[in-house]
Parts: sequence; structure tokens; C-alpha cells
Amino acid sequence: MLAFTINRLAQSLLVMFFVALVAFAMFRYVGDPVHQMVGIETTLEEREALRVELGLNDPFYMQFGRFVGNAIQLDFGISYQHKKPVTEMIVARMPATLELSILSALFALLVGVPMGVYTGLNRDGFLSKCFMTISLIGISLPTFLIGILLIFLFAVILGVLPSFGRGTVIDLGGWRTGLLTIGGLKALIMPAITLGLFQMTLIMRLVRAEMLEVLRTDYIKFARARGLSNSAVNFGHALKNTLVPVITITGLQLGSIIAFAIITETVFQWPGMGLLFLQSIQTVDIPIMAAYLIMIAMFFVVINLIVDMLYYVVDPRLRIERGIRGT
Amino acid sequence: MRKTLTGVALAAAATIALAQSADAKTLRWAFQGDAQGLDPYGLNETFTLGMLGNVYEGLIRRGPNLDIQPALAERWEILEPTRWRFHLRKGVKFHNGNTFDADDVVFSATRVRADGSDLKTRIRPEVKVVKVDSHTVDFITPGPNPILHSEWATWFIMDKEWTEKNKAVKPASVTAGTENYANFHSNGTGPFMIVERETDVKTVFKPFKGWWDKPQHNVTEAIMTPIGSDATRVAALLSGQVDMAYPVPVQDIKRVNANAGTSVLKGPELRTIYLGFDQGRDELLESNVKGKNPFRDKRVRAAFYHAVDIEAIKKKVMRNLSTPSAIMISPKLFSKSGDFKRHAYDPKKAKSLLSDAGYANGFEVGMDCPNNRYVNDEQICIAVSGMLAKIGVKVKLLAQPKALYFKKVLGPAYNTSFYLLGWTPGSFDSWNVLNNLINCQEKGGRGKFNLGNYCNKTVDGLTDSVLVETDAAKRDGMIADAFKSLHDEFGYIPLHQQGLAWGKSDKVTLAQRADNQFMMFYVNIK
Repeated sequence: MLAFTINRLAQSLLVMFFVALVAFAMFRYVGDPVHQMVGIETTLEEREALRVELGLNDPFYMQFGRFVGNAIQLDFGISYQHKKPVTEMIVARMPATLELSILSALFALLVGVPMGVYTGLNRDGFLSKCFMTISLIGISLPTFLIGILLIFLFAVILGVLPSFGRGTVIDLGGWRTGLLTIGGLKALIMPAITLGLFQMTLIMRLVRAEMLEVLRTDYIKFARARGLSNSAVNFGHALKNTLVPVITITGLQLGSIIAFAIITETVFQWPGMGLLFLQSIQTVDIPIMAAYLIMIAMFFVVINLIVDMLYYVVDPRLRIERGIRGT
Repeated sequence: MRKTLTGVALAAAATIALAQSADAKTLRWAFQGDAQGLDPYGLNETFTLGMLGNVYEGLIRRGPNLDIQPALAERWEILEPTRWRFHLRKGVKFHNGNTFDADDVVFSATRVRADGSDLKTRIRPEVKVVKVDSHTVDFITPGPNPILHSEWATWFIMDKEWTEKNKAVKPASVTAGTENYANFHSNGTGPFMIVERETDVKTVFKPFKGWWDKPQHNVTEAIMTPIGSDATRVAALLSGQVDMAYPVPVQDIKRVNANAGTSVLKGPELRTIYLGFDQGRDELLESNVKGKNPFRDKRVRAAFYHAVDIEAIKKKVMRNLSTPSAIMISPKLFSKSGDFKRHAYDPKKAKSLLSDAGYANGFEVGMDCPNNRYVNDEQICIAVSGMLAKIGVKVKLLAQPKALYFKKVLGPAYNTSFYLLGWTPGSFDSWNVLNNLINCQEKGGRGKFNLGNYCNKTVDGLTDSVLVETDAAKRDGMIADAFKSLHDEFGYIPLHQQGLAWGKSDKVTLAQRADNQFMMFYVNIK
């Protein structure tokens, strides 16, 4: 188990190193940060001097080496635009993104699973057909469009929900949360639905397919033959057995929810890391871009690692096999 | 645990209630981005300086019509052509209670010219700043300069003691390796104080009770929120979550006006949008014409000019939110602008000019265009490409985000053959336009943003005379001569001054300044 973890961690570092390398190679094509840092009347000589000072004229391997050297010490430098340490900025923006992501993941699970079970059990019901249609919309409409539609319906026409921002937030020792105020919770509704809709439809379709599969198996037939009640069979036996893949997918999707919060955050002016990243692309703020990409890579790597380790814990066969090989 | 939660919720509810009781005079407004920082010398950019203009003040200020008004200087006189004396206002306090005096002015003059400052152009390095007494300062220039103070509405005076105490004597710089106190805190003499700021999230202003001037506004609190997405910003205005939002995209103006309780305030902006040609190289970088540069031929430039249907651009692309321009500066900033008329739209003439020049079948040329810098910039370029196609010129348009666009077209590369750019003279004066855009390129000197190197030595000579001429009528005459040469030689194709579109709630009255700076001290809320 220990060897497995260490092996995995070493691989993770390698992944992050390559993400940094690819990211750095791409930065050359994003534009010139210096023109975004100064006003139009700044002379070319001053621009050039700034470029030299920032080390942007150094060869690629030197810039990359410097970045890796600092990143190992968790120092991602100073934002070109904000003139503030990048680590500090990302940490300050993290609560907004995490609250949004976790809430949309919960939304996806708590709505997606029951809908999946229902459509699995009543395949031809009218409601099932409705759910399937909704899920089609969720899968096919792009996120920003859903966001804008929601804004126009609930903020502009009905005027019940705020169109942008986090509402009222409360500072709990550095973690600014919107979960404890009515304004903050109201502000969360639309972004969470927008971000979670795709995952919800995914989970619903997954649960439905798994349910259909499981309901055909022998042990379900046997359970019914034993005269167990419908609910005991459907939920106690069938649903339980569909959940293993659902949990795996949800875990993996959490990473993409965090990473793809960029679009939702932009539409709702949600002050999270994604919005910060998008703005940094527009202004070619290389330190922020680099730190964000590395961090997202780390999220994916860590989540994958946890999932892998969970397999090891959950699946006894894996353990025995390794155990035998080990002796 | 539950008790603490309820407590927190109650406290939150109380703050909300409090905020709502003061709601009557709270101004909530949104812009598409945020000020880059609070250091007044950090970035020479309209929005950053405009927002700080509510907090800091210069020796002069600009009124609603951009007229020069006394601010921290009560009055000034020109003792001799090279010595200006400024009499400072007495009894002015900074937000922290410190008194404003001549030392602060001398200090600010040093700081604004220090390394890391992006506003070095506000005072030339050769200008000496001398304290005469506690409320008098002399500015000694090497030569006469009639527009010495024209840019000082955005040269904000900082408190010497405050910057020293907080180790912010030098301007905020990204290479310093640390945060600069002045970039995250403010201490001006202006009508508003910043009480809370979270970059890119919100900035909260409160009126400064000790302001020297009599407030014309009735704002008790103002909250600025940057909203980047156009649709979201418009939605925030329509749903009443902000009282004022700008810019409103031209395609949304109708909807904002149709909505009950909101309207769009329109007006011409100072920025002039224009097309430029590479006239410097012997062969264009991006063209199928080899061995010569077609743009060196005046007839080709004239053909391009005559091919552009400016009224169509105004109607179709800008939806009437533009003022076609014959010169490279806003008519608001130049008294003789009425003497100029655009060369007429005449595709037939354009075609014959082109064949006279030996391009009867036209030619191919690359065009550079930003797609997120000016109002409908990419659409203008597409329209121009279409118009040029009618006279046989095949334009290969490269429209890209400003980060990539500027890297390509600006110096030292000047890697462009035909481009679209916009320019607002920071000094509100023609000399800036002549010097930056129209003079021959000179390393380290004039013509920095003359990307295509239009070059006419007579114009350069006129520019030098304009700089030192103190007689206003004579000066304007020389400027007109210079613009006339450019106009006759088709050196650029000026297109238009783009329009301002500020969306606002009907309960707000405000002054829209043509420099696109929003001054909260002209705001009144019903």
C-alpha cells in the first residue's frame, strides 16, 4: 500500500511537471504581457526595460527553470497586473470556487440520482420522458447560454434572484463564505444550477443505465421471488449496486467542475479562481496563469490518487492479488 | 454550534437591513473591468485614473465639459515663459487628516517621474519643481510650454508623510518583489474615500466629510463592481441591481431604453479610430506586390480613403453611435476642426486612382485589427475589407485579441501593412497627436505610435513650433497646417470618434464626460 502510494505520488509530480512545461510553451503565443501592463504613452525603451527586468527576454529553458525552482518552494511570483503575490490571490479566490463547485456537485447528485432511479424504474412513464428531454437540453446547451437564459428569466424578468456576484459574504477567518446569509445563498442558486446541470444529466443517465442493467440480474429476480417489498428491492439492492460507478464518476467530475467553473464564473461575475484565470489570459498575466494551471493539475492528480486508493480499499480482490504477489 | 450559526445569520441579517436603510443614496455602478491598482502612478489608463479621480486630486481638474478648473491650485500665473507659479489652496486636508502643502506637490513631482511610474509623461524630466513657500510652487521649464498643466488633472497629489510612513515612496512596481502599500490603500484629498476594496470584486466609497469643495452630489455610499461579461452587465442594470453601468454594447442600447426605468446616455468620446498604412518599408510585409510598396503612392492611399463608406460604417456597424471624423483628433479638442471635411466616398474614383497607380486589378494586403479593444473594432475591419473588395483590393484580415494585436503591430517590430488603431491624446491637445502619430519615426523620440511611418519633415517642423508657441491663435493655425498636409497626402484614414454609451437608472442624474471618466461627485440620486 505504501509503495503504491509513493509510486503514485512520483507519477503525480511528473504529470505536474509536464503540465507546467506545456503551459509555459503555450504562454509564448498568448501575447505580450508588457503591453498590457503599461499605458499607451509609455515609450518603447521603457517597455523593453520592463521586459528585461521581468526576464521575458531570457531563453525558454531559463524562464522555465526559474519558474520550477520557485514553484517547488510554493512561490508563484507576483501578478503582473495586480502587483500582489499570486499564491495569496488564488487562496483568497478559492472559497468562492469551492463553494460553488461543491454545491453544484451536490445539486447534480441529489437531483440526478433520484431522477435516474425514477426513469430507470418507469421507463415509459410520461415524467420519465420529460426528464429525458431535460437531460438532453442539459447535455446539448452550452453552459454560458444556460447561464444567460437563467439570468434573463430569474433576474431580469422575474426579479427574484441576483444576476451577478456572491451576494453578502461573511469572513470566517480568511474563508469568505456565502453559505451563511440569505443573500449569499440566493446568489448561489443560478450559478450552481448552471455549473451542475451537465453533471446532473450525466449522473441521471448513468444511474438510469445502471438501474436497467441491475434490474435484469438474477439476484434482483431472486429478491423479488423472496417476496421483498418493491422499495426494499429497488433501493436496498438495486440502487446500492449502481452506486459504485456513480461515486467514481462524481469524484472524477468534481475536478472538472472546479476546472470548468471558468465559464460559469465569467457569466455570473463570480469572484472565484476561474474568473481570475480568464482575466489573466486577457491581460497575459503569466504568473497567475501558470499557478492556476499547476493547481488545477494538482487537483486532478490528487482526486485521481484518492480514487485509486479507494479502489484498493473497496475492492478486496485487488488487495489479495497484490498480497499474494508480495509474498 | 446551532446557536453560533443563528448568531451569525442574525448579524448578517442586521448588516443587510442596515445596508438597505441607507439604500436611498447608495450608488451602485459597474464597469467592464477594475482599476488595476490604487497607486495613482501605476497605470496611465482611462478607467484606473478616472476611478482614482474621485479619490485623489490634481492641481487642476476637468469640468463636465473638460474645461480646466482650479483644484488643489487656487490659481496660477506665468511669471516668465519658462516659469509657472502655482498658488496652492489653503486648508486642504488629506483623508487621513494631514494638511496639504507645497512639500506634497514637490514630492509628487518626484514620485511621478520615478522608476516604476507609468505617468512619467505628466511632467518632463527636465522640469524643475521649486517650493517658494508653504503654499506656492514654481515649475521651471527648459523652454516655453503653453500646455504644461493640461495633463495635470490626472497627476494626482499624494501625501508625502503618508507614503514615507507606509514605505510607498516609490511607485508600485511588479519587479520590486513586494506589495506596495499605496497600491492597496489610498489617501487623497478628493471628495470620496475608499473604505473597502477587493480587487475585481468590489470597491466601496464613502464621501469625505473634510473635502475642501462644496459637494454637488448627494451620494452617501458608492459601490463599484466590475462586471466583465456584456450580457451580465446589461442584465444587472435591467434588473435594477446596479444604478449605472458602462459601457453598454451598441446592440443592447435599444433594449436598455425600452426597459422601464433605465436609459442610455450617449455622447461622443474623445478617442479617434483610424486606419494606417505602412509607408516606410520598400516592400510591404504582407502583400502580393513585390519589389515596391503600393502605399508609398499617394494615389493608392487616396483610393483606399475614397473606398471607405463611412456613413455605412456609422449606420450598420456602429448603429449611429459614432461621429465620422476628418482629422486625427476629436473636434472637441481642436478649435479649427470645422475647417476639415472628409474626402468623399467615391468607389468609382477610387477604382480609377488605383488603375492610374498601376493596380487596375487590385492587389492583396494583410490587415491587422484588434477584436476586444474598441467598440466593434473587428466588425469595422470586416466592413472595410468588404468595401475595399469592391475596388479590387483583397484584404487578408487578421483580427485578434489586443494582447496579440499590440505585440504584432507596436514597436519595435511594427509588423503590419495596414491596420486599425484608436488614439486619445492624454493631454487633450493636438501636439500629442502630431508628436506620437504623425511625426517621422525617430528612435527614442517622436513618432512612437506612427506605426506605418508616415513622414513629412514640414509637419515635423510645425510640430516643434507648436510645442513652444504660446499665442493660442497662432498655435492653432500651425496645428491646422500640419493636419492639412496629412489630410492632403492621405497619410491616415481617420474613421470616427466612437460613441460613449452609459446605461443608467432614471433615478440617477450624472455628468458624462467625453473622456469616459465617471466622476461620482456629479451624481445625484432621487
